[in-house]
Amino acid sequence: MLLIHCPYCDETLPEVEFTYAGEAHIVRPENPSAVTDEEWESFLFLRDNVKGNHYERWRHFHGCGRYFNAVRNTITDKFLTTYEAGAPRPSIESLTEKGK
Amino acid sequence: MTQHATLLTPGTLADTAAARVTVTAAPGRLSLRARGDLSALETALGIALPGKIGGRTQENGIEALCLGPDEWVLLTAPENVAAVAAAGASVYDAHPHSLVDISGRETTVAIDGPRAVDLMTLGLARDPATIAVGAGRRTFFDGQTVVLWRDAETKFRLDVWHSFAPHMLGLLQTGCRELAAETL
Ligand SMILES: [Zn+2]
Repeated sequence: MLLIHCPYCDETLPEVEFTYAGEAHIVRPENPSAVTDEEWESFLFLRDNVKGNHYERWRHFHGCGRYFNAVRNTITDKFLTTYEAGAPRPSIESLTEKGK
Repeated sequence: MTQHATLLTPGTLADTAAARVTVTAAPGRLSLRARGDLSALETALGIALPGKIGGRTQENGIEALCLGPDEWVLLTAPENVAAVAAAGASVYDAHPHSLVDISGRETTVAIDGPRAVDLMTLGLARDPATIAVGAGRRTFFDGQTVVLWRDAETKFRLDVWHSFAPHMLGLLQTGCRELAAETL
């Protein structure tokens, strides 16, 4: 089982308290009727399916209830960091340096 | 498969050398969602709301537990629910919030006894030691969301939605018997 750090609770907790919620930092177009069908399709359906460090959303469902973001390596399944929703996307360099 | 408990009305469900499991009388329960400066709301309700997730306060007949960054559950006597709701409504215009009577939603079960902590580990995903005496959490117990209150070292309360209660109570009942049958 994974242990996940909830940035709101500030506790590292068992995976079963959380639900996965897909790729992070997907921005909904400000004005959906102004975008092309291709752009709208891309927003709705197209994801990167990253092999390696993946920016993704999680929700502390059985806990504080909040959505937050995480960087997880999809090969090793190790979390590099978790951070509050709305916070800027941390660079991979800043995360891997911290890990050394 | 766990046997379902049939007793959902207040009363003792299991009482062994390990622990006692009791369905409590239903308290008045309110869900509060609010953000920003809470002082006006706290004054109106007559309680200082705990700021940290898992923190608890008790004042003027209200018990509060912080569940999330902007979420609290308030317990009070059933006859006091209307007064608490009205107190919130009185400051609604200046401080919009959501204060909803959820008294009809959950079953509360009290657990105490020398092996209450071991009984908790039957369903709790996290280590009960991470929840301090006098604190609480919304967490996960054998597949269900529960609100857990730790009242003493070996005293807990669990709030669970009615529809999940028969399963959880059945598990606790079985656990009480199993732990009592164990020779340590
Ligand atoms: Zn949380």
